[in-house]
Amino acid sequence: MIKKKAIVINSKDNVATALDDLKAGEVIQEEVDSLKKNIKLNQDVPFGHKFSLKEIPSGSPVIKYGEIIGAASKLIKVGDYVHIHNVKSNRGRGDIKGGSQ
Amino acid sequence: MSFLGFPREDGSVGVRNHIGIISVVVCANDVTLKIAQQVEGAVAFLHDQGCTQTLVDLDQVTRTLVNLGKNPNLAGVLLVSLGCESVLIDEIREKIAVSGKPVKTLGIQKTGGMLPAIMEGSRIAQEMVIKASTIRRETFDDSYLSIGVKCGASDTTSGLISNPAAGAAFDLIYDHGGTCIFGETTEFLGAEHILMRRAATPEVKKRIEEIVTRMEKRAKMMGVDIRGGQPTTGNIKGGLTTIEEKSLGAIVKAGTRPIHDVYEYGNKITKKGLFIMDSPGREPEFLTGVAAAGVQIIIFSTGIGAPQGFPFVPVLKITGNPKTERYLSDHIDKFIKLSEEGENTIAQAGEEIYEEIKAIASGKKTKAEVLGYGQFSNIFTIGPVI
Repeated sequence: MIKKKAIVINSKDNVATALDDLKAGEVIQEEVDSLKKNIKLNQDVPFGHKFSLKEIPSGSPVIKYGEIIGAASKLIKVGDYVHIHNVKSNRGRGDIKGGSQ
Repeated sequence: MSFLGFPREDGSVGVRNHIGIISVVVCANDVTLKIAQQVEGAVAFLHDQGCTQTLVDLDQVTRTLVNLGKNPNLAGVLLVSLGCESVLIDEIREKIAVSGKPVKTLGIQKTGGMLPAIMEGSRIAQEMVIKASTIRRETFDDSYLSIGVKCGASDTTSGLISNPAAGAAFDLIYDHGGTCIFGETTEFLGAEHILMRRAATPEVKKRIEEIVTRMEKRAKMMGVDIRGGQPTTGNIKGGLTTIEEKSLGAIVKAGTRPIHDVYEYGNKITKKGLFIMDSPGREPEFLTGVAAAGVQIIIFSTGIGAPQGFPFVPVLKITGNPKTERYLSDHIDKFIKLSEEGENTIAQAGEEIYEEIKAIASGKKTKAEVLGYGQFSNIFTIGPVI
């Protein structure tokens, strides 16, 4: 059995979680919108970290567990490493006037 | 379905039979620790509170100390004070004594300083240990179990593997008529709508919303982004990007059953079912909160590897991270391996955790207990030190 390299928790998700230390250039096969797609990683993605299954425009929601986990802080392309450098939180934002919800 | 526990006067059941040496104020910690180190069978509860705080916090500290003293894992309690602190030791003693267990007090200033206090305290504790040693374990059905759950040093494996496994165990405890307690309100942010849907009544739903709003407001008052504090630096290294992602993975540790009520920090919970205690995510304060609620055992799900236990409540460490299992095996009681079958793994892991809880309840020791990791606790307070 081939070890699964990544996991998509919910069909609504636009990110997947790496189940191994993945390298830039690796091609991961995942189901996106009911279609099998080959996703080429643009950067290294460490074990337990996330990469994008779809293009996520700046300001658009990043979805995992079928729920919003934050918003893209810049354009996220398919296969991009997704973490604090390109995702901002919508909650507990004492640094923003009026802050979040 | 049963376990072997220690019967207590108030009808509760202990899974350990310790004598608790409880410091009522930060200034009494040193003497408290020395007594517990001297007397086999005694354990120390230390914290940083008890004086020069606002009345709101002094009430919270008093309430927490009273309910810690009532925890069924303690057969007797010795309260240690300096003598001039704001919390009232006699009030705490009287309230613990209602449970029917022996409670004594010791004042360092009154006794003549550290050395006579250690001697007097050790003698009191020695007597209590001998008396407690005659209590025998008896058979109790599983509905007498009261269990807490916590996740700490989380990474993305927590939300995928160990938290859902803990949740499956929580569902089993609930279904057997036991008590399940969770909290860490900060880690509801971004996931509160899911918990609110599980509220047993509209009042409980409103209370969940209230405690989340209150906790978020407190964090935002500092004028900075919560990220870095929550998720922590370690969480971020483990792949968690935002508090919302951490929360969505965190709440699954409490299973899927209806939430019956929401309690303020440090209150005792004697009802059966699933309950929330408003509390922060940090270990020393959270573990104390659920110990005060009356839990006998805490399931602790970790990703990166958190070693903490609690002085008189066994803490069962589980992880789904294979690296943590390898490097930190001295601290991990149970590893949960994610197989390709996913769902089945989680249900089976839940059953295994449930069996492990009953083994621990009947006397099996956890790794944190054997190593004595978890001597330095604290009590959650809201206001400033003044």
